[in-house]
Amino acid sequence: MKGLYDNEMILKFVSKPCNESFARITIAAFISQLDPTVDELSDIKTAVSEAVTNSIIHGYDSEDGIVEIKAKIISNTIEIEILDNGKGIENVEVAMKPLYTSKPNQERSGMGFTIMQSFMDEIRVESSLGFGTRIVMRKKINIKQESKAIC
Amino acid sequence: MNIIYSREDKLLMIELTEEIDQHTADKVRRKIDDEIERFIPRKVVFDFSNISFMDSSGIGMVLGRYKLIKMLGGELELINVHKTTKKIFDMSGVSRIIKIAEQEEKYKIKQQKENIHNQILNNLDKEEKSEGII
Ligand SMILES: Nc1ncnc2c1ncn2[C@@H]1O[C@H](COP(=O)(O)OP(=O)(O)O)[C@@H](O)[C@H]1O
Ligand SMILES: [Mg+2]
Repeated sequence: MKGLYDNEMILKFVSKPCNESFARITIAAFISQLDPTVDELSDIKTAVSEAVTNSIIHGYDSEDGIVEIKAKIISNTIEIEILDNGKGIENVEVAMKPLYTSKPNQERSGMGFTIMQSFMDEIRVESSLGFGTRIVMRKKINIKQESKAIC
Repeated sequence: MNIIYSREDKLLMIELTEEIDQHTADKVRRKIDDEIERFIPRKVVFDFSNISFMDSSGIGMVLGRYKLIKMLGGELELINVHKTTKKIFDMSGVSRIIKIAEQEEKYKIKQQKENIHNQILNNLDKEEKSEGII
């Protein structure tokens, strides 16, 4: 059966901080089939780490919950969706401003969204109070000439 | 995390060894604060050569330590910072507050480190206490 996308994966895990590295390493392994450069890979890992950390510390406020990541490869673009059913964001526009954080006393810098925006080509944030948050990010990978076909 | 302290120069060298995210930053910040409060160094150097990954949690981790060091009358310098990590420090304004050594200074720092190490070994010969190396 042929799927809608070139390739796709779904990952669900409990919102424990030790899963931050698990999440970004898993995504890095999945997109390695596009043969990204070290810099591209590093940018994507950082953006994933930001979104996942936000779900864990803000969305679920360090309580247990489920974080879900869907990653798709569409031609030479990687699309990553990060979802939580946490408390949601009251005002997305304010939350996305550089240096805005609701947890300044925990040494948060408020740079998470700014990093996601600048390290990825595109980011969309949907959130609803009491229901959760959904982040969709896209980045185009420069395909090398002799790159092998995927799957 | 590896630590070298030179009593003579009041210099504390901290070599970070783990990827920095919210999870690891929470653990490492307490350890570093303990060392700073123990030695009250005049200068602290964070060596990033082993840090191939850092997210925005590192910004708060570094700024928090900077505040403590400054309050105790010392200064902070970062060395061997990888490209993506440098981008994050530049974007957040950390680079404007805290000195980040240029690549060319790498060698100088390495030598400095070796000197300190030799010094400590000398001190150890002289003194009975060994709290200089952890
Ligand atoms: N998944 C989420 N659920 C609830 N609130 C969130 C979520 N992600 C981000 N936020 C809110 O947006 C703010 C800004 O996020 P960010 O730019 O990553 O900075 P920081 O995490 O350092 O606070 C957070 O302080 C928080 O209030
Ligand atoms: Mg964040």
